[in-house]
Amino acid sequence: MTDLTQLTISQARDKLAAGECTAVQLTEAFLKAMETGRDLNAYITETPEIALQRAQESDARRANGESLGAMDGIPVAIKDLFCTEDVLTTAGSHILDGFTPAYESTVSANLRAAGAVMLGKTNLDEFAMGSANITSYYGPTKNPWKSTDGKDLVPGGSSGGSAAAVAGRLAMAATGTDTGGSIRQPASFCGITGFKPTYGRCSRWGTIAYASSLDQAGPMTQTVRDAAIMLGAMAGYDAKDSTSAPVDVPDFEAALTGDIKGLKIGIPAEYKMDGMDPAIVALWDQGIAWLKAQGAEVKDISLPHTQYALPAYYIVAPAEASANLARYDGVRYGLRVPGDSLDDMYMNTRGEGFGEEVQRRILIGTYVLSSGYYDAYYIKAQKVRTLIANDFTKAFEDVDVILTPTAPSAAFALGEQQDDPVAMYLNDVFTVPASLAGLPGISVPAGLSPDGLPLGLQILGRPFDEETVLKVADVLETSADFTRHTGGGA
Amino acid sequence: MSLDKDTVKNMAYLARIRVEEDKLEPLAGELSAIMGWIEHLQELNTDGVEPMASVVAVGLPLRKDVVTDGNCRDTVLSNAPESEDGFYAVPKVVE
Repeated sequence: MTDLTQLTISQARDKLAAGECTAVQLTEAFLKAMETGRDLNAYITETPEIALQRAQESDARRANGESLGAMDGIPVAIKDLFCTEDVLTTAGSHILDGFTPAYESTVSANLRAAGAVMLGKTNLDEFAMGSANITSYYGPTKNPWKSTDGKDLVPGGSSGGSAAAVAGRLAMAATGTDTGGSIRQPASFCGITGFKPTYGRCSRWGTIAYASSLDQAGPMTQTVRDAAIMLGAMAGYDAKDSTSAPVDVPDFEAALTGDIKGLKIGIPAEYKMDGMDPAIVALWDQGIAWLKAQGAEVKDISLPHTQYALPAYYIVAPAEASANLARYDGVRYGLRVPGDSLDDMYMNTRGEGFGEEVQRRILIGTYVLSSGYYDAYYIKAQKVRTLIANDFTKAFEDVDVILTPTAPSAAFALGEQQDDPVAMYLNDVFTVPASLAGLPGISVPAGLSPDGLPLGLQILGRPFDEETVLKVADVLETSADFTRHTGGGA
Repeated sequence: MSLDKDTVKNMAYLARIRVEEDKLEPLAGELSAIMGWIEHLQELNTDGVEPMASVVAVGLPLRKDVVTDGNCRDTVLSNAPESEDGFYAVPKVVE
């Protein structure tokens, strides 16, 4: 019998339709894998009762000749940043102790309405702030891939639990959120596909906010086809999110034609950085060669303000975070640490409830928004953001998509890069610029480092042109044939 | 740009985060390192550039000013660390 946990969404869809397996069988296989895979710490909360109930409902529908579509009966994990009705939602933070929302986020509600089965809530960096999943109050997640000397590696972050769950086959797919690279970088570290769609494509309603002008949900999957299928179920206009885009959701899977002849692929000169890992450069060159071989036209482009993207991000994102996280005051939900006065209670609660990285970002945000510094930092960063967005607008006059590496390195060992916040921030050097511009970006596993660890390539596209991004990603995936490598999967 | 201990103490107060006295100095060092790295932006000329607050080009949508929700006091209070008689309870603020 096939190991059901090895199936992709598209394979499972076909098997379910053909009656070769049931949603309950799929779900049971993953619940068992989750039990044996607990050492990865990929999940904060497992929801087996909910999973089995929804799987049974899916099978009952199918027995009646009904189906809600490709996601009906598919077992998925939900990043613990999405509010889920009556299920503990933590954002990886002590300050949300015991928080059980009375409502469901739009993205998880959309998935549920499409018949998807929730297996549980995955681990993440606290409030999605981090690139290694080491800032979670619930402890670090381990990458299913191991270093050659057997050391535990980080899965990347902030959607590290989701990436590890998909790579370790503890979920068929998972939701992630990406503010500066939090879907794409962990996807690269764990050898899976991670797709951040255009800002506004998926509703932010009910997703715990980090930096609202950047936060965007997306799918984390084994294949590009699965990302196309799952995004279709997650996306859509939502009146409850004022920045939700009133655009139709196309059939993303239909974009995977395999034909990229004549498409123009931009290669930005500024992403070739001094001292870059030769393995990353080589993989990038390989990616260019693969796309050329399939008939794409490769063009050198310039994104001149690239080097200013990370510093601008580390003003804009903490500024928004300092405002968004003001709500955690020990009054309405979560942790309360008593104090003699109201102020004392606030300070004690927030001092104990927030971890070090979250505190750093709130303080940076408070500083750059404080009078006397507002223009010099916050407005300056917003102007730089305009320049970065303009760079992309100009580039997309000449090319259809842009190809870059996803991350500057492979996964590193747990405990490394922990003492220097700025070194950790550099993980997102290739992903942050597109976040600032709100563009869709996907990471596709494309090869291995000399140490045998996964490396991803990133494809960026025009706003709301996810279809071209997916089309090129699909061709890249076929050329790279990454699944021939083992190491992550069971 | 470097932040001294007093500035950090003030920011922590503005953000209502208790930072123990012995943590202020190391925190000032970390934040200064981050701000020093961010300082790199100042070399860029941004005269005449419009600041971008959102990538969404359209204006904010409006909805009818009608009640769409409500009558869920107990649900709203269900996550409160402390509530009393249908209210959130906090330490005394008026003497």
